[in-house]
Amino acid sequence: MKPARKQRLILITLMLIGASIATAFALKSFNENLMYFFSTTDVVDGKAPKDALFRLGGMVIKGTVERPNDGMMVRFKLTDFSKEVTVEYTGILPDLFREGQGIVAHGKLNDKGVFIAEEVLAKHDENYMPPEVKSSLKNQSAPATNPK
Amino acid sequence: MFLIPDPVVRFFHRMASPPHFYALTEKLMPWLVVIFVLLTAAGLYGGLYLAPSDYQQGDSYRIIYIHVPSAWMSLFIYIVMAVAGGIGLIWRIKLAEVVAISSAPIGASFTFIALVTGSLWGKPMWGTWWVWDARLTSELILLFLYLGVIGLYGAIDDKRVASKAIAILALVGVVNIPIIHYSVEWWNTLHQGPTVTKMDKPSIHITMLVPLLLMALSFKVYYIIAMLQRARVELLQRERNAQWVKLLLSEDAS
Repeated sequence: MKPARKQRLILITLMLIGASIATAFALKSFNENLMYFFSTTDVVDGKAPKDALFRLGGMVIKGTVERPNDGMMVRFKLTDFSKEVTVEYTGILPDLFREGQGIVAHGKLNDKGVFIAEEVLAKHDENYMPPEVKSSLKNQSAPATNPK
Repeated sequence: MFLIPDPVVRFFHRMASPPHFYALTEKLMPWLVVIFVLLTAAGLYGGLYLAPSDYQQGDSYRIIYIHVPSAWMSLFIYIVMAVAGGIGLIWRIKLAEVVAISSAPIGASFTFIALVTGSLWGKPMWGTWWVWDARLTSELILLFLYLGVIGLYGAIDDKRVASKAIAILALVGVVNIPIIHYSVEWWNTLHQGPTVTKMDKPSIHITMLVPLLLMALSFKVYYIIAMLQRARVELLQRERNAQWVKLLLSEDAS
């Protein structure tokens, strides 16, 4: 390889490494701002902002969705499989809102530690399958005597 | 470190010669178009007709057959553009410069399609057209990178200087590619994690996966067709004073 080309190759490699390092530092310092939502553990541990709007993500616990006043208000519990937070929301829920599904809610905590949501977004998972496969998966996992 | 066998070098030198490239791509084009049409027909038939509906999303998930291949292409084309730009910078190969700039508008279009179809998918499923989470934001930055490359190229009159400028911009922008890919793993995002491009087995049923991969291939072939056509025009414009272009034109005229 000719010296001039070699020099250009080295220069470009250095430029790429420099840009990557700079970006890595920038992303590291903005890490918390890049988190789209707080987990329920963050909220219980007091890491989430108080008296300010933030987003809370988690899975809707099965059997916790209730409408206490028979109105538009919905109350349910969110979990990240370690801590739980109660959420109250008044409004229309997205189609994919179901028990056992992930959601992201935007709102703030009240004095009692209940999250008052202004907006609820459904977070769908990365699994795609026909309904029949889903139901057969359920049947397989139900009996305790799984061959595996 | 730089030991490349001689026949390989010679092959690339031959490919990089504009008249040879022009003649070869002309012969290839009909074949590419046939492959593209077959792949697209098979992919769309499989995706829109044969594939079953999803257990959660019903038929709405079928936008995946446009959204995901477009998003993959937006990353793939960017890498091709940056690598071609880098080759142009280091070895000063004219054809690499042409490939780099010819890729930019196609990549920008795929990025735009990925963003729009994602938005259309997000409204019914998530409940919102747009959120500023890491995946969506980094993909939007990719669109701006493409537009920056196109704009920068247009702003400089000397096309060889312009090619160097866009190569540097494209190479610096490469840092965004792993960010887009890993954004859903590094940070909490509304966008779900990867379905196919992960170490684990793809979490999509095989009857849905096959059409998706067919569409991905069809988009790749489309990119090759569109890029080659652009590259041919760009080459003719750049080499308008060269002997081979004059010969070609006089042959066409007669």
